[in-house]
Amino acid sequence: MGTALQIKNLHVEVNNKLILKGLSLNIEHGEMAAIMGPNGSGKSTLASVLAGKEGYNVTKGYIKYLGNDLLKMPPEDRAAAGVFLAFQYPVEIPGVATSTFVRTSLNAQKRNRGEAELDAMQFLKLAREKAKQLEMSEDFFQRAVNVGFSGGEKKRAEVFQMSMLEPTLAILDETDSGLDIDALKIVAEGVNRLRDDKLSGIVITHYQRLLDYLQPDTIHILAEGKIVKTGDKSLALLLEEKGYQGIDGAN
Amino acid sequence: MAVSSDTISAVEKATKKYKYGFITDIETEFAPKGLNEDIVKFISKKNDEPSWLLEWRLKAYRQWLKMEKEEPKWANIHFPEIDFQEAYYYAAPKSDEDKPKSLDEIDPEILNTYNKLGIPIKEQEMLAGIVGSGNVAVDAVFDSVSVATTFKSKLSELGIIFCPISEAVKKHPDLIKKYLGSVIPQTDNFYSALNSAVYSDGSFVYIPEGVKCPMDLSTYFRINAAETGQFERTLIVADKGSYVSYLEGCTAPMRDENQLHAAVVELVALEDAEIKYSTVQNWYPGDENGKGGIYNFVTKRGACRGNNSKISWTQVETGSAITWKYPSVILQGDNSIGEFYSVAISNKKQQADTGTKMVHIGKNTKSTIISKGISAGYGQQTYRGLVRMQAGAENATNFSQCDSLLIGKNCGGHTVPYIDSRNPTAEVAHEATTSKISDEQLFYVQQRGLDPEEAVALIVNGFAKEVLKKLPMEFAVEAQKLLGVSLEGSVG
Ligand SMILES: Nc1ncnc2c1ncn2[C@@H]1O[C@H](COP(=O)(O)OP(=O)(O)O)[C@@H](O)[C@H]1O
Ligand SMILES: [Mg+2]
Repeated sequence: MGTALQIKNLHVEVNNKLILKGLSLNIEHGEMAAIMGPNGSGKSTLASVLAGKEGYNVTKGYIKYLGNDLLKMPPEDRAAAGVFLAFQYPVEIPGVATSTFVRTSLNAQKRNRGEAELDAMQFLKLAREKAKQLEMSEDFFQRAVNVGFSGGEKKRAEVFQMSMLEPTLAILDETDSGLDIDALKIVAEGVNRLRDDKLSGIVITHYQRLLDYLQPDTIHILAEGKIVKTGDKSLALLLEEKGYQGIDGAN
Repeated sequence: MAVSSDTISAVEKATKKYKYGFITDIETEFAPKGLNEDIVKFISKKNDEPSWLLEWRLKAYRQWLKMEKEEPKWANIHFPEIDFQEAYYYAAPKSDEDKPKSLDEIDPEILNTYNKLGIPIKEQEMLAGIVGSGNVAVDAVFDSVSVATTFKSKLSELGIIFCPISEAVKKHPDLIKKYLGSVIPQTDNFYSALNSAVYSDGSFVYIPEGVKCPMDLSTYFRINAAETGQFERTLIVADKGSYVSYLEGCTAPMRDENQLHAAVVELVALEDAEIKYSTVQNWYPGDENGKGGIYNFVTKRGACRGNNSKISWTQVETGSAITWKYPSVILQGDNSIGEFYSVAISNKKQQADTGTKMVHIGKNTKSTIISKGISAGYGQQTYRGLVRMQAGAENATNFSQCDSLLIGKNCGGHTVPYIDSRNPTAEVAHEATTSKISDEQLFYVQQRGLDPEEAVALIVNGFAKEVLKKLPMEFAVEAQKLLGVSLEGSVG
């Protein structure tokens, strides 16, 4: 085992406003951690900082991933190093077919890592297999990335991309929001299929149902820019019962 | 024009910034600098032209002199006044003195240049380059003289004429007399008058009645000599019920001075005929500071003369310091169709004022305009289009869609649509959008593993897809790469 991701005393400003105020978090190889917390507490901010979005000013603290200083790497290098973010609000890219997008992404990562790229046939074979597992129709290969997708389709497409790119650190930002019960199950199974001792996960969610499927190893409560409580599955159940008011420091 | 990806990457490596920026070192024969009646006569004599054509040129020249003070100023482009006496109007590779009889006689340096460009000029190479479907016959214009025409014999079996226009003047004088200047009169505008006076060569295509041309025909233009204006002239005639797809590609070496390119392209489609004309233009755009580059002032117009005829222009314009170009269609025949699909990029200090004119004369005529303008760096771009419905254009329809994409803060995109409808049954629909590549889009794509330049290229290709998919396959592949190359340095 050993630590995969190490976040220490992270302070982050956005537009001169301090959002993360000394956040510390360790994630082991193969660990699935859930992050819960009130709206506006900084969950998506953490996800964005991990993935390397511009405009997030780290004023204190550090992030190490697999021993590397993550904050020094541009987003595409982080992606090639295995960081994947399933966006809370996936972005539309008009005119770019989803399959083209994923193939371009996958091959860019492989190039970056010095691996052989997939040709069109190899890619298609893999994509069909993954789409089938997620019970997605192949029609969406030709549809422009996220354009005209329903909320649920967007989330499912994010998980499809994740399963194609095979990350080692998956960050799921409210991937369960907007999914109906059946879709939620399929998506959760998709995530579980990727789980092995190399995949670490950060699952941001408000709902117990996803956690029932994913069975996270740890649960963290994020409030006002800090982790205020860490526990096991029972913490989520307590939360479900009492709300954030029931948790010290989280209101 | 099957440019292999190996060729592209080899050339890209050789000249990272402008991948076609090499200069061929061959002896060149110039006419004396400057422009006067003697130069016009010199060019005509070089081409061994009949006296009617010399008179035709001189008429254009004299008209141009009168127009000189009327150089068009309405376009949204800015450049120092051109001194027309400071350029050479004729440059032919020396080895052309004693006209090559076959490809073997062509200066190996020229062939080498074409190889670097990836043009399969030798027929063997041609054949080797064909994978499955698309055949391409190439008529290459090296500076002013057509050096070689491939696949001639195969085409001539079908009665198709595809040759340098200088040759057509001698071999097919009736066709040339009938159609040259019939769509774009010599005195149509300042640059077409100049071209008519001093054009040195170009391509001629004639597709006989009922013949579908079995391969894409292609001219590859290349400006090599310094301080040379290139004034080529293309004339394509599709007789009744015929079809042809024509590809035009252009490159020019990197030079500090500006070079003028004032071409004229005329298309004539008779009854039930169809012409598809595709251009990928990547003339040298100049450097980051706007030094050097081609002034591309081109007149292109097609006439749908017969009923049910069709003309489509598809263009991908990534090069030139300044582009001034409006490929147009005159819809004379009833039920005729005109199309204009365009992607234009202005990066660095490039300026482009481009668009189309659709002039509806016949009944039930139909036109479609899809324009995708991309501005980056300090690039400025204007879409300028005219849709005219003449009084007789019963039930004519037009649909126009003009989209601008801006990358960065210092560029500009402008849309200037003119609509002039004189028939109440005619319908004109115009849509326009302006968008930016958002930080969210860039981040999303980068998060998946693409670097910023790859990300921009991907997003831009998506933006331009509607037009790119109109290009013949092998052209589309090159165009996609060009979009990426042209936008290098536009982010970050
Ligand atoms: N671009 C931004 N500019 C200013 N404030 C922002 C920006 N993005 C997020 N915030 C603020 O940061 C805080 C945390 O937001 P976010 O991380 O999205 O919360 P969560 O995902 O936990 O709901 C909120 O107060 C939000 O308004
Ligand atoms: Mg959020």
